[in-house]
Amino acid sequence: MIDQLLGWAIQILITLFALVTAVAYLTFMERKVMSWIQLRVGPNRVGPWGLLQPAADGLKFIFKEDIIPLEANRWLYIIAPAVSVVPAMMSLIVIPWGSEIHLFGRTIPLHVTQMNIGLLYVFALTSLGVYGIVLAGWSSNNKYSLMGGLRSSAQMISYELALGLAIVSVLLWTGSLDLVEITKSQSGTWFGFIPRWNIFRFPLGTFGFIIFYIASLAETNRTPFDLPEADSELVAGYHTEYSSMKFALFQMAEYLNLITAASIGTTLFLGGWNGPGVEQLPILSLVYFVIKVLVLIFIAMWIRFTLPRFRYDQLMRFGWKWLLPLAIINIIATATLLIFIR
Amino acid sequence: MINYVPILIIFIFAVGMATAIIILSRLAGRNRPTREKLMPYECGVEPVGTARERQSVKFYLVAMVFLLFDIEAVFLVPWAVVFPRVLSDPAYRTLKYLFYGEMMLFMVVLFVGLVYVWRKGILEWAAK
Amino acid sequence: MEQTLFIIFAVIAVASALNILIQRNPLYSALSLIVTLASLSALYLTLHAQFIAAIQVVVYAGAIMVLFVFVIMLLNEPKDVPHIEKHKWLRYLAIPFAGLLIAEMFYALPLDKQIAFPSIPAEQADTAVGTTWNIGTALFTDYLLPFEVTSVLILMAVVGAMVLARREGD
Repeated sequence: MIDQLLGWAIQILITLFALVTAVAYLTFMERKVMSWIQLRVGPNRVGPWGLLQPAADGLKFIFKEDIIPLEANRWLYIIAPAVSVVPAMMSLIVIPWGSEIHLFGRTIPLHVTQMNIGLLYVFALTSLGVYGIVLAGWSSNNKYSLMGGLRSSAQMISYELALGLAIVSVLLWTGSLDLVEITKSQSGTWFGFIPRWNIFRFPLGTFGFIIFYIASLAETNRTPFDLPEADSELVAGYHTEYSSMKFALFQMAEYLNLITAASIGTTLFLGGWNGPGVEQLPILSLVYFVIKVLVLIFIAMWIRFTLPRFRYDQLMRFGWKWLLPLAIINIIATATLLIFIR
Repeated sequence: MINYVPILIIFIFAVGMATAIIILSRLAGRNRPTREKLMPYECGVEPVGTARERQSVKFYLVAMVFLLFDIEAVFLVPWAVVFPRVLSDPAYRTLKYLFYGEMMLFMVVLFVGLVYVWRKGILEWAAK
Repeated sequence: MEQTLFIIFAVIAVASALNILIQRNPLYSALSLIVTLASLSALYLTLHAQFIAAIQVVVYAGAIMVLFVFVIMLLNEPKDVPHIEKHKWLRYLAIPFAGLLIAEMFYALPLDKQIAFPSIPAEQADTAVGTTWNIGTALFTDYLLPFEVTSVLILMAVVGAMVLARREGD
């Protein structure tokens, strides 16, 4: 019992440490990608190729002045960043990062725990993510913050529906909510060369992936859906008043949510850690997973530096009048197809 | 149920980490508050009015519609898990048209709800 | 182990439920309610009802409470404005209702012992009770009619909410 608890604690600590480092380097990647797209050099002064930039940023955050506005609701203002980051961290434990590795004569699965409702667990935590933003917006006692918080929560709940329904269409193929099971069901190939990933179940799986990806961009408040932060009209939205590490916590939550969204997208549609040679060399599974997640994140960044922002009424219209009906039609079409082919 | 214990562990770790970070920035950062610094930020000018104003009722309506369709999604999840197994399991195969038909009926009724909301203009944010 | 977890979460649930009543600020009350709902979800987990535990968070904490918080923010009542109670006698109505609820609880407690729970070995309990498969098969076969009626109920709620919200103004 104690042994198992200790094992979990170590696994969770390693996962948290790896992911927090990953978040730091994602901010670096974002700035580099942005500068390449805009024909600039980007951060290159701290360390070789600017690789120590995240460490410098972190130190700077810690020593910045921590401001609590006079008119703010003090208590809520302080806990809001924590409310935002805790659910973002909690969803990491069910994601299958890889198959399993053999270390010190033991077989260690590369996921902290396996739940038969894993997908619902992530979904539940996503739906709790709204509160940090709403509380930050409200407690700051600033017009921009409140507007950003309200916009953000209305946007997140609107796209959560499309996200949920896109996931349901995958469930119809896999019949399980367990992320490990979903990954395993996508191993092997069709006709010997097409991987059995859900995205290649043309056209419905591909379609489901597109709906999922768009909705997850909106869920993580990324451009073209970054209205909660819309710099040009709301300054920075819900975190206008935040400084120092509290601001950094919001950034961390945002990037963790991006990683979670990309990981769930990889697991559901891109075959998770599956790839050639995984049975012979299990560590490859981790490499494949990371590459797929990075590709999804890179596309999100590419979109950010290419597309302009939606207007709020366009955003709501797109979510409710296009994405939601299309997701429902996708489910009906998938179920009808299944009835005929099985 | 043992698989669910890590939720508790990571919750404790995450809360601990967030608390430590918040306290750290309070202690490590310098602290020289002035009245101007602690005012609500409004691009450098004196704040106009208050942030505690009533907001548009549209937000409430969207949350209401979301709540109802969320319940629909919740019913879809167990159905989507059961349906493929109903198709493949010989013991349940005879029920496959029942499972298919009942969910289609459910979704048609709710689609009517979406059409109603649509026609009433709730989903239209900008005033015409 | 399960007993300890049950006691911890039961205490959190009751304490945060009391906090809902004590707090003057409606937003604090709403947040306490979220804590209550989350610890109820943990209690469902100790009862091997995984699916219900997840749905508890998705629907109650994730959807219904968002609506509550929205309403609180939309009204944004200024602080320190004393309310004038129009119906003072209403608060005295609470006493018989509370008494009725307590009586109902004492009535229900002995009934609970008469219900025969299916005896399931501890190692099978995980897969035997609250899985999505069990709930799905029960919902779509034995409880088919209630399920279909639910869709009509939701439709009525959509129409009702729209009518109520749009009555004034436009």
